[in-house]
Amino acid sequence: MALIPIREALRAAMREEMQRDPSVFLMGEEVAQYDGAYKVSQGMLAEFGPDRIVDTPISECGFAGLGIGAAMVGMRPIIEFMTWNFSLVAYDQIVNSAAKIYQMSGGQYKVPIVFRGPNGAAENLASQHSTSVESLYAHFPGLKVVTYATAYDAKGLLKSAIRDDSPVCFLESEMTYGMKGEVPDEEYLIPIGKADIKAEGSDVTLVTWGKQVFTCQAAVETLKSQGVSAELLDLRTIRPLDREALFNSVAKTGRCVVVQEGYPFSGVGAEIVAQLQEHCFDLLDAPVLRITNRDVPQPYATNLEKLVMPSAERVVTAARRVLGLER
Amino acid sequence: MSELPTPSLPQESGLPPLDAEGLLKLYREMVLIRRVEELAAKAYTMRKILGFCHLYIGQESVAVGAASATPDDYWIAAYREHGHALAKGVSANAVMAELFGKATGTSLGLGGSMHIFDKDAKFMGGYGIVGGHVPLANGVGWAIKQRNEGRVCLCYFGDGAAHQGAFFEALCLAQLWKLPVVFICENNFYAMGTSIDRQSHLTDMSLRANGVGMAREQLRGFDVEHVRERVGAAAKFAREGNGPVMLEIITYRHRGHSMSDPAKYRPKGELEEYKLNSEPLALTKRRLEQDFGVSAERIAAVHQEVEAVAEEAWNFAESSPDPDPATLYDHVYAE
Repeated sequence: MALIPIREALRAAMREEMQRDPSVFLMGEEVAQYDGAYKVSQGMLAEFGPDRIVDTPISECGFAGLGIGAAMVGMRPIIEFMTWNFSLVAYDQIVNSAAKIYQMSGGQYKVPIVFRGPNGAAENLASQHSTSVESLYAHFPGLKVVTYATAYDAKGLLKSAIRDDSPVCFLESEMTYGMKGEVPDEEYLIPIGKADIKAEGSDVTLVTWGKQVFTCQAAVETLKSQGVSAELLDLRTIRPLDREALFNSVAKTGRCVVVQEGYPFSGVGAEIVAQLQEHCFDLLDAPVLRITNRDVPQPYATNLEKLVMPSAERVVTAARRVLGLER
Repeated sequence: MSELPTPSLPQESGLPPLDAEGLLKLYREMVLIRRVEELAAKAYTMRKILGFCHLYIGQESVAVGAASATPDDYWIAAYREHGHALAKGVSANAVMAELFGKATGTSLGLGGSMHIFDKDAKFMGGYGIVGGHVPLANGVGWAIKQRNEGRVCLCYFGDGAAHQGAFFEALCLAQLWKLPVVFICENNFYAMGTSIDRQSHLTDMSLRANGVGMAREQLRGFDVEHVRERVGAAAKFAREGNGPVMLEIITYRHRGHSMSDPAKYRPKGELEEYKLNSEPLALTKRRLEQDFGVSAERIAAVHQEVEAVAEEAWNFAESSPDPDPATLYDHVYAE
């Protein structure tokens, strides 16, 4: 067991997969000579050389499309977006090509590709650098959308994503690259599509993913001090959704709050609420609430930004409301 | 001002010149595309083919000439791709069945007219977002180069696609990394209903390559032998590690943009002029008869043979089963 930052866990995942499979390569802006805009790929150019750790011009549409074409003929590209905000100029490539080629070719061409990079808000990056993209990609059948909170999950999930035969959007966070966690020395994989209970509880289920796991962990502690036992379910994969884990937890608690970054309208939380009312209506003791970003483009000013983001306080209040402890 | 660092293509392809039999084979392929598409048009009016259906009639010499120069190379095309698929060796039965939406189609009836794929033929599809597929060709080129395959990737698109950002980004990356890709802009003068002079200040789309220092050439595409020779030269250049090539091949579609387009935007007499002087099948037929001494009977026999293949494709498509509803979710995620 080693205590390492998440960026090193991600790097270890890529290095191990590149060592075992010569068809894997990493391509993106500043991934090679600069060692990665967030140092995730530090040292990898020296280890693997410029044919496998590839700096690109600022051309997301161009290099995302290149990755897709290479994947179709048997390579396994990892395409890094410096942030997922920039993926939107490659949206057509990911949505209309990567997601659809396997189906529209009648299953002839697989697209084993990973698109990865930091997602969601960091701090004071303002409206164009703070978008959470999970709902934009999870909308489409053909794509998998994976994220993590801990170093352990980051490594195991990224290794699985690289080995997956379908395109995977892998969502990271600038805010947690330096956060340390225990990672085993021996190899391990975490299957895509499996949620994880980060804290067991019996009164209310908090459903979340990504760095909002930490917001919810703080809320769990506060609730505990108030005599409320909250279960924290970390989805880890947005699509395919682990409905079994979700429904089992809600069956146990009868109450649920979904905590997400990104906007409420057509957000992933809306999908989870819909699934719960369709499949768990009789098990619910209260309406499901959502805590999301406020429905405005991200403001720059610190006080306004804090107001926009989910917070432990907002999560605690929502949990108390579904428990009938507050109105 | 620095000079354009644009390399030149070789004068010759190095391909052996075609003899009568060789040219007759290309003629047969062009006639097959023509007849399969004429039947497709008929099937469309009978509502046996639905959705969008973009015909290649008039442009056959481009795909057939290029296929003759690149039989074992990768191809990726846009949505007017029935002709490319047939030229690349995809079976007429499977193409027609795909148009009919049948389980025996190239893409199991999941793709339709715009999404024909055949991995065995190295035909990497038909794509419906104008220009969106152009960056994919670079990925094929990347893999070819990394694996030292000695192949090239031919990427087809129209004059309309040469205005998309994806196209420009693809040219930049291909030249930067000297990828073995031949970009082929089939300029048929109309992006749907918008004529080339209303779309672009420059009307020679190959000049787009100058901005990235890529080898380029503009050629007329009505003579199948000439297309074979120049695409062969471009493929040789790219295959030998000199980097990508941008070809603009001037051509003309006889039909509308799609089956629903009566093409009323053409100036009077333009189509007739092309049919009279630049009709690829007629040009090749004349060459076969006048320069190779191929008899009218021999040519008639080719037509007869093709007719049987095209009719068989119709019958195969019509008698094939619809996709099984139980398979609806089978090809969303790869196992």
